Amino acid sequence: MALVLTEEQVMLKESAAGLLAEKAGVAQLRALRDADDALGFAPDVWRDIAGMGWPGIAIPEAYGGLGYGYTGLGLVLEQAGRHLSPVPLQSTVLLGATLLNELGSEAQKQALLAPLAAGELHVTLALQEGPLHAPEDTALKAEADGAGYRLHGSKCLVLDALAAQQFVVIARTSGEPGDSAGLTAFLVPADAAGLTVERRSLVDARGVGALQLDAVQVPADAVLGDVDGAWDGLSRSLDIANIGLAAELLGIATEAFERTVGYLKERKQFGKVIGSFQGLQHRAAELFAELELSRSLVLKALQAIDADDPQLPVLASAAKAKLCEVAQRATNEGIQMHGGIGMTDEYDIGFFIKRARVAQHCFGDYNYHLDRFARLSGF
Amino acid sequence: MSDLEKFRADTRAWLEENCPPAMREPVRGFDDLYMGGRNPEVDHPDQQVWCQRMAERGWTVPHWPREYGGGGLNKEEAKILQQEMARIGARRPLESFGISMLGPALLKFGTEAQKQEHLPPICRGEIRWCQGYSEPNAGSDLASLQTRAEDRGDHYLINGQKVWTSYADKADWIFCLVRTDNSGSKHEGISFVLFDMASEGVTTRPIKLISGSSPFCETFFDNVRAEKRNLVGEEGKGWAIAKYLLTHEREMISGFGTAPKKSLGSVAVETYGADASGRLRNGILRHTIAQYQLDALAFGATMSRVGDEAKAGQGLGAASSIFKYYGTELNKRRNELNLAIGGEPALGWDGDVYEGGATSRDWLRSKGNSIEGGTSEVQLNIIAKRVLGLPD
Repeated sequence: MALVLTEEQVMLKESAAGLLAEKAGVAQLRALRDADDALGFAPDVWRDIAGMGWPGIAIPEAYGGLGYGYTGLGLVLEQAGRHLSPVPLQSTVLLGATLLNELGSEAQKQALLAPLAAGELHVTLALQEGPLHAPEDTALKAEADGAGYRLHGSKCLVLDALAAQQFVVIARTSGEPGDSAGLTAFLVPADAAGLTVERRSLVDARGVGALQLDAVQVPADAVLGDVDGAWDGLSRSLDIANIGLAAELLGIATEAFERTVGYLKERKQFGKVIGSFQGLQHRAAELFAELELSRSLVLKALQAIDADDPQLPVLASAAKAKLCEVAQRATNEGIQMHGGIGMTDEYDIGFFIKRARVAQHCFGDYNYHLDRFARLSGF
Repeated sequence: MSDLEKFRADTRAWLEENCPPAMREPVRGFDDLYMGGRNPEVDHPDQQVWCQRMAERGWTVPHWPREYGGGGLNKEEAKILQQEMARIGARRPLESFGISMLGPALLKFGTEAQKQEHLPPICRGEIRWCQGYSEPNAGSDLASLQTRAEDRGDHYLINGQKVWTSYADKADWIFCLVRTDNSGSKHEGISFVLFDMASEGVTTRPIKLISGSSPFCETFFDNVRAEKRNLVGEEGKGWAIAKYLLTHEREMISGFGTAPKKSLGSVAVETYGADASGRLRNGILRHTIAQYQLDALAFGATMSRVGDEAKAGQGLGAASSIFKYYGTELNKRRNELNLAIGGEPALGWDGDVYEGGATSRDWLRSKGNSIEGGTSEVQLNIIAKRVLGLPD
C-alpha cells in the first residue's frame, strides 16, 4: 500500500485540526486542570466531536460508524496530540470501540457500537494492576457463580474512568499470573454493586481512575469473547491502541518541536537569535530527521491495521517504541531549548512533556516495546 | 496478450538465450563489477560479451532515449526488464559514473551535439568517466574550488589539482568543475567542462585508504587543453549542474543505509545464542541491535513514503533532506555492529580464514560515507537552514 494519505484523509486531518484547535486545545486543558475537573473533559465539546462522527470513525458502517478505518482515527489522534486535546478519544474510541469490535459477539456489537459511535456511550479498558504494563500478569479473579461470575480485585490506570458507563475488565478465570491463557474479558457497568471507582490524579491532568471490585456479580452474557480466551483479541486491541498512542505522540512531539524551533527564531542572547548557534541547529536538525522517521513508521503501522497485515504486532511495537523515544527527546529538548521560561507553569511547553510521559507509559513504554520488537524480530 | 505481456515474454526469451551463465552468478564485491572503458578491467570474458549484447539493445541504460544509445523503455517496460533480470539473477551489464552521474547532467544541461558525442560511448561501455570535484582546500566547502581554466579562444587551458577523484587512474574522460572567473561570489565563475584524461598534462596518483583499497586519486592538471565545445551549460554557471549532480550522488550514497537481507539480530543469535525466552544472551548488545533495526525499519519506511508522495504528485517532501545524513549514519552503526557481533574474525585483515578481511574493510570504508558527497555536519546545516529556516 502506498505510504501516502488519500484526499479524504487529508480533509479529515484538516477538519480535526480546526475543530480541536478551537474547542479542545491547550487552553481548555489548562482551564480543566485549574478547575480540578473530575471528568477531565468538557461534555459539550464531546457532543460537538460526536456531531462530526469521530467516535465512530473506525467502527464499521454496519454498526453505525463512519468506516474510515484506523488510518483515519490515527490522523485525528495525531491532531489531538498536537493540541493536547482533553477528550475521551483514547478511552472510548481507540480502546472501547476496538475491544467491542475485536472481542464482542454479534449481539453485543449491535447493542453497544451504535450508541458508542453516536458519542452517547463511554466504554473503557480496565487492565493494568501493578506499576507496569504486564497483561499476562493479570491476577484479578473471576469465579463462576451460578449463572454468572463474581469478580474480585483491583485495577489502575483506567482512562476516563469517571466518564465510563461500561468497563471492559480483564480477569483471570483460570491459570496463574504470568499465563497468557486463562484470561477473560467482562463488561461491567459502572453502577454494578461492589464496584468502587476512585479518581486518580496523574501529571497530565487527564481523567483517570482506579477500580476496586469486591464480589461484583455479572451475568454470563457479560463475557466479551470466549471464556479463558481473551488473549488474542486483547493483544490485537492493544496493538491497535499502541499504534493510536504512537499517532498521538507523533502529534505531541511535532508540536513541541515546532514551538521550540519557533522560539529559537525569536529568543536573543549575546546579541544574536539563539537559533543561529550551530550547537542548537544541529540538535534541531537531528530531531527533525527523527520526526520524519516517526511519521513514516506511524503511517505504516496504521495502514497495517486496516490491511489486516500479519506484521501488525511487530509494527505496533516498532511504532510505539520509536515514538516513545522521539517524543521523550522532543519534549526534553523543548524544555531545555526554552530555557528558564520552559520551567514555568505559565508557559505551555510543560503540558507537552507531561502528557507525553503518560501516553508513553500507557500499554507499554519504550523498554517494553523495544524488547517486544526484538523478540518478535527473532532475537 | 497485451503489449506489456508480449514485452515480458520477448524479454524473458531473449535474456534466457543471451545472458551467459557466469553473468547469472552473484557479484562477489565491488571489484567484480564491470565498468568498461578503453582498457577495461575484465575478470571474466563473459563480462564483455554480456555488456556488448545488452548495449546492442540499449539495455545497459534502459531508460535513456534510443537516439543516444539507450533502450527508450518506459517505466513499466524498464521495471519488467529489471524483474526478468532479477528472475534469472542476471547482473547489471555495466556500472559507471557515465551512467549514474554525467549522463543525467548531459540530458538536462547538454547541447544536442554533446549528447550525440558522449552518451552513446557511455551506453556501449567504451568510455569510462570520472568526476573532478573536490580539491585539497575545497571539500565540504566545494564552491571554494580554485582549479583555473583560462580562456584561449577555442579552448581552455586548465591548471590545478583535484582530490578524491574516484578511479581517476582508470578513467578515460573527466567531468570537471573549474574556475573561469574569480571576480564574483564563489558560487559564480564555476564552469563544468569535459576533457580527455589522456591529454598532455594530466597526472594521477592513487590514495590508499584506511580500508586498504584505493578507489580515489589525487589528480593534477598542468596546462591541460579542454575544447570549448565540451563546456556544458553556460560559462560561469557550472554550480547549478554541480548541485544537481550532488543531489544524485547523495541519493546513491544514502541507499547504503537500507537493511540487509539477514537481520543483525538473527546473525547475533547464531554467535551468542539465546536464552529460554528466545532473547539474545547479551542484553546490552541486544538493545543496541534493536535500536539499529528499529531505525533501519523507520528509515526504509521513510524512503518509501517520500517515493510514494512524489508519485502521488505531492512533490519531493522535506523528508528527502535527511536521506544522506541518516542513511550514512545508519550504515556506520550497522558496520560497528558487524564488528561487535563478529568478534575476532571480524577484525581479520587478510587471508582466506577472514574472507580477505571483508568485514573490517567494509567497516573502515563506511567511515567515509558520512564525509564524501557532503559531510553529515554539512547536511545538518542544510536541514537547519533550508528546511527549518534557522538563521545564519
